[in-house]
Amino acid sequence: MSTLARYLIQGMLYAAFAATVGYFSNAPTYRHLGADDALVRLSFSHAAQRVAPCRERTPEELAKLAPNMRAPLDCPRERSPVTVELELDGRLVFRNVVAPAGLRRDLASTVYWRQAVAAGEHRFTARMKDRPEGGFNFVKDVVVELAPGRVLVIDFDGTRGGFLFRM
Amino acid sequence: MLDEDQAQRPRGTVAFPISLAWCVIVVVEADTAWTGGRDRGPGVPGALRALERAFDLVFRAVANPWRHLGALGFFFFWVATASGIYLYLFFDTSVTGAYESVERLTHGQWYAGGVVRSLHRYASGAMVATVALHFVKELVGRRFAGFRWFSWVSGVPLVWLLLASGITGYWLVWDRLAQFVAMATAEWFDALPLFGEPIARNFAFPAAVSDRFFTLIMFLHVALPLALLAGMFVHIQRVNYADVLPARALGWGAFLALLALALAKPALSQGAADLATEPQTLALDWLVLGFYPLIYRFSPEALWIVAAAATLGLLILPFAARGERVPVARVDLANCNGCARCFADCPYAAIVMQPRAGGKAGQKHAAVVAGLCAGCGICTGACPSSTPFRSSERLVTGVDMPQQPIDAVRAELERKLARLHGEGRVVVFGCEQAAALHGCAGRGAATLSLTCVGQLPPAFVEYALRHGADGVLVASCLEGECVYRIGDTWTAQRLAGEREPHLRVTVPRERLRVVRAGAGEEKTLAQALTRFREALARMPRNEPRGSSRSKAPRALAAAQTGARG
Repeated sequence: MSTLARYLIQGMLYAAFAATVGYFSNAPTYRHLGADDALVRLSFSHAAQRVAPCRERTPEELAKLAPNMRAPLDCPRERSPVTVELELDGRLVFRNVVAPAGLRRDLASTVYWRQAVAAGEHRFTARMKDRPEGGFNFVKDVVVELAPGRVLVIDFDGTRGGFLFRM
Repeated sequence: MLDEDQAQRPRGTVAFPISLAWCVIVVVEADTAWTGGRDRGPGVPGALRALERAFDLVFRAVANPWRHLGALGFFFFWVATASGIYLYLFFDTSVTGAYESVERLTHGQWYAGGVVRSLHRYASGAMVATVALHFVKELVGRRFAGFRWFSWVSGVPLVWLLLASGITGYWLVWDRLAQFVAMATAEWFDALPLFGEPIARNFAFPAAVSDRFFTLIMFLHVALPLALLAGMFVHIQRVNYADVLPARALGWGAFLALLALALAKPALSQGAADLATEPQTLALDWLVLGFYPLIYRFSPEALWIVAAAATLGLLILPFAARGERVPVARVDLANCNGCARCFADCPYAAIVMQPRAGGKAGQKHAAVVAGLCAGCGICTGACPSSTPFRSSERLVTGVDMPQQPIDAVRAELERKLARLHGEGRVVVFGCEQAAALHGCAGRGAATLSLTCVGQLPPAFVEYALRHGADGVLVASCLEGECVYRIGDTWTAQRLAGEREPHLRVTVPRERLRVVRAGAGEEKTLAQALTRFREALARMPRNEPRGSSRSKAPRALAAAQTGARG
C-alpha cells in the first residue's frame, strides 16, 4: 500500500472515530418527559408526633435524677410513622406509611416520589397523618393548571400549615 | 403516566446480582472453546486479530490504535486534564455564575475557550470509548486470569471513577442537561438506604441549590480524576514498560481528530437550568451518561442491582475462570551472577533482585515472584548463562523454565542439527504463540518452537551456525502481537546488538533472518523460509567450525561427520 493511500485511509479512519465520538456525545436525542406531560414531585421530610405524649415528672422522680438531668417532662423518643396519600383527580396515586429514620425511630420520616402527569388542569388532594391515632390531620385540596414540562413540587411544612404546592 | 408504582417497587434481592455475576463468568467460560482453554494463549478472536492486522497495513503496528487502546486512554486523559485546567481559570462556582461563565467562555472566546471546552468534552468521550474497547478486548481475549488478575481487578473501579469524573463535569455547566444529571443522580442515589433525607430534595425547587453545592461539585470534579489517575498508576504496576504514551503519529492523529471535531461541532450548553420545569428532550452524551435513561426506563433500584452485579462479576471473574497454571521460572543461584538482565526484561515485573546471602556487599541474585510470572521464558533468553557454548554436560542457566529447560532446548537443537543434511540447512526458531512451525519441518529445516521467541538466547543462533546450519531463521510474531507484550521486541534488539545479551558481531548476519509471522500465517513463514534458502544457496556452504562443546556430545560429533560426508 502506498504512503499516500495509507495517509488517506488513516485520515478517513480518524474522521470516522471523531464522527462516532461526536455523534454519540449529542445524539440520539433522549426524551425524558413526554411532550404533553408535566411532572409532580411529592417530597418532604417531617418529624411526626411522638408515639406517646410527654409526661410531667413528679417531684420525687425529679429528685432522683442528677441536678443537670432534671427535665420536667419525660418524653418518649420514638415517633409515629407518617401516613401519606395523594389523590389525582379523585384517584389515589400514592399511599405510603413511612417509618421514622434512626435506630430509635426518633428522626424525621422522608418521602420522595415522582410522577409524570398529562399537562392540563388537575385536582390534587394530599393527606397526611403524623400521629399514632386518629385520621388524617393534614389535608389540602388544590386545583392547578400544569403546562407541559412544568414541575409541581408538593412539600410539607408543619409550621406553615401543612402541605405546600410549589410551582 | 410514567412509573406509577415506582415508590412501591421492591428493592430487589441478593439472588439476582449473584445470578447476573455468575452469567458473566459462564459466558466467558463458554468462550474458552475458541481459545483452547489456555490461560496464557493468545486468546484474541480471529475477527479481532484480522481487524488489528488490517489496521497494521494502514497505521503500522506502532501507531495502530487497536494495539494501543490503553495508551490512547491515558492520552485522552491528559488532553482532558490540560483542557480542564484552562476551563477552570474562567469557571465561576456559583449557582448564577456557573452557566454564565461557561457561556462567556464558549461564545466570548470561541477560538480558545470554546475550542478548549469542546476538546475537554470530546476527549472525555473518547477516553470512555477507548477504555470500553480496551476492556472488551481484554475480556474476549481472556486476558484477566492468572498473573493478569491484578491488572484486571484494579481496572474495574477505574470504570466507575471515569464515569463519575465525566458526570461531575456535566453537572458543573448547570444547563438543562446538568439539571437532568443532577436530579437523575440524586434520584439514583436515593434508592440506596444511606441517606436520611432524599438528596433529590436539594434540586426540587430553585431556592434549594446553593453556591456551596457548586464548590463541592468542583472539588469532586478535581478529586475524582485525581483518584482516577492514581488508579491508572496502580493499574499498570505489574506491567513493566507499560504502554502509557501512544506513538507520536497516533497521538497527533487522535488529537487532530478531536480538534477537527471541536471545530466542526462545538460543545454547547442546552439552556440554563430551570428547576421549575423538567427537561423534556435532551442531547445526551451517551458515552458518559448512557446509563441514565435506564433509571427511568426501569428503576433506580434495578440499575443499582445490574451495576453491582456487573462489578461483582467482573471482580471475581479472574478467580472464577478456570485455567491451567502457568509454569513459573526458577532461579539457580549457582548460575546467577546478579546481572539483572532478567529483571530488566521481564514484562510483568515478576523478577526482583535480592541481596545474595553470604555474598559480598551489594551482591544480588534474581528471585521470581511466582504469582506474577507469566511463564514466558523471556528471562531465560536474557540470562548470559544461557549460552549453549558452555561445555558442561548439562546446561544449567541462571533462570530457567521448568516446561522447557534451556538444556532441553540445546539437546533438541543438537539432535536436529545431527539430522540436517544436504543443501540449505536451516534452523528455524519459532514461537508457540506465532505461526506454527510444522510447515517448515518437512522442508529440510530443523525447527524449535519456544514458549516465546524472547526465550531464545542469541548465542543459540551462533551455536547453530557453528555446528552445521547454513542459516538460522527466527520466526517471531507480528509487531504488537506478542502475547507476552515485548518478547519479540527484546529478541529483535538482542539480535540487532542493541540489547544485552546481544548476538556477537562476528556472526555472519547474512546467515540470520528474522521473519514476523503471526498465528495463522504459516504460509508467510514457509515463503520466508523458501526465500531464505534461495539466498543461502547463493552463498558458500557454511562449514561447521565447532566449539569446545563439540567434543562433548556424541550427537553433535555425529552431526558434523554427517555434514562432511
